[in-house]
Amino acid sequence: MAVQTLLTSVAFGLTVERLCHQLIEDHGDLAGVALIGLQPRGVMLARRLRSELRRIIGGEHLVYGELDITFHRDDFRHRSSPAAPSITQLDFSLEGRRVVLVDDVLYTGRSIRAGLDALLAFGRPSDVQLLVLIDRRFSRELPIQADYVGKWVDSIAGQRVTVEWREQEGADRVTLDSSAA
Amino acid sequence: MSGLEHSEQLSTEHLLGIGDLSAADMELIFRTADGFKEVINRPIKKVPSLRDITIANLFFESSTRTRVSFELAERRLSADVVNFAASGSSVSKGETLVDTVNNILAMKVDMVVMRHPDPGAAVFLSRHVQARIVNAGDGTHEHPTQALLDAYSIREKLGRVKGVKVLIVGDILHSRVALSNILSLQKLGAEVMLSGPATLMPRSIRSLGVQVEHDLDKALRWCDVANMLRIQLERQGGDGIANFPSLREYAMLYGLDRERYQRIGKDVVIMHPGPINRGVEVTSEVADHANSIILDQVENGVAIRMAVLYLLAARIPR
Repeated sequence: MAVQTLLTSVAFGLTVERLCHQLIEDHGDLAGVALIGLQPRGVMLARRLRSELRRIIGGEHLVYGELDITFHRDDFRHRSSPAAPSITQLDFSLEGRRVVLVDDVLYTGRSIRAGLDALLAFGRPSDVQLLVLIDRRFSRELPIQADYVGKWVDSIAGQRVTVEWREQEGADRVTLDSSAA
Repeated sequence: MSGLEHSEQLSTEHLLGIGDLSAADMELIFRTADGFKEVINRPIKKVPSLRDITIANLFFESSTRTRVSFELAERRLSADVVNFAASGSSVSKGETLVDTVNNILAMKVDMVVMRHPDPGAAVFLSRHVQARIVNAGDGTHEHPTQALLDAYSIREKLGRVKGVKVLIVGDILHSRVALSNILSLQKLGAEVMLSGPATLMPRSIRSLGVQVEHDLDKALRWCDVANMLRIQLERQGGDGIANFPSLREYAMLYGLDRERYQRIGKDVVIMHPGPINRGVEVTSEVADHANSIILDQVENGVAIRMAVLYLLAARIPR
């Protein structure tokens, strides 16, 4: 059983919907909240959350952005070739806003560290929360924790968690691949 | 985390000239520059990518905008920067180029950005010192970052470079910008025509596969983009005008003023590598026209230089 399904399409949909309700529980009509997806894969989740939130509460107050972290990564020159940048789209001020950073998988915490660094180049938000679909707990290399988690997964280095999206791969699914472990 | 595996790297360790770059290298530089262009329009225009890299700017020839553009690019990448100008330095005391550079490298410098009056100085240096070299202009030979930012500015304005008709006007003979531009535009699939007085046109320039049209009005009707090169007064010899009778005559025959621009009858994009001799190559009305992208070229210069430094630094082993 090299590849194990962690979330089926149905469970995936329920999980995203639950995350939306948790956001509404904490932030009401989302006034003053900015939902910001991390490039490249966090934006898939952020876009899904945005459309679900609009379906549930209208979401006219919801401010949405996408953030590229390439130039803030700490593994520049540790890789065989430089990471290619994606698009950053933040056409609003962060001053005083409540930011919810969105990524698909939380693993070592290094991408989120870079994301915080990149985010603060746009101003000083009043607070920043973290929402992830999958939290690979017990594998952190930095003291970073998520505020909203779709599913916790206990995994070891060498295993690979893959989040697939119906927009890109044809179906919503999360899998754990142990073949290389 | 995924999606990053598809990244590429440059095929070269130094940027000595456009001659060393492939079209794919240039496309990679442009895509990376897109990212940096967004960065330099942020409230905080700085990223930490090159914080462990030290860069020396060696300018053996005077330059304001290129040096400032490189220095801004370096600082916005968080590199440590040392500046070195030839006047008042050990060069005037008789030290050789290699000794000068090796003395600087002994202070643990990773990259050297060099402008030098002699063609080939950057290539020579790259063979004799242990540092990554970026050519910021070597005599009348090449000025690769200028050509990259020019092509990038055309790509930004017109959405493509391939198939675009680019006219380069003026002092081709003394221009490193002209040679680098011809090479880069041809590699990217653009057509190039040159215009200017015969005395400022190198004799064998057609061997590069470019057209030459001495009638500026005809040439302007052909082109989509007109790059008006600066008359290099400092390179014309003794009194500054050895290759043409007077600046006034040059301006009448090869300067672009409002009347001549209106006669073209279409929206030709105006470029100039700076610094402008207003009233010689272009009049103020044309330089400040809506179709002029002269200031976009300056902004893009910082993004392009950030991209070049970033991609070259990525190839320095830790």
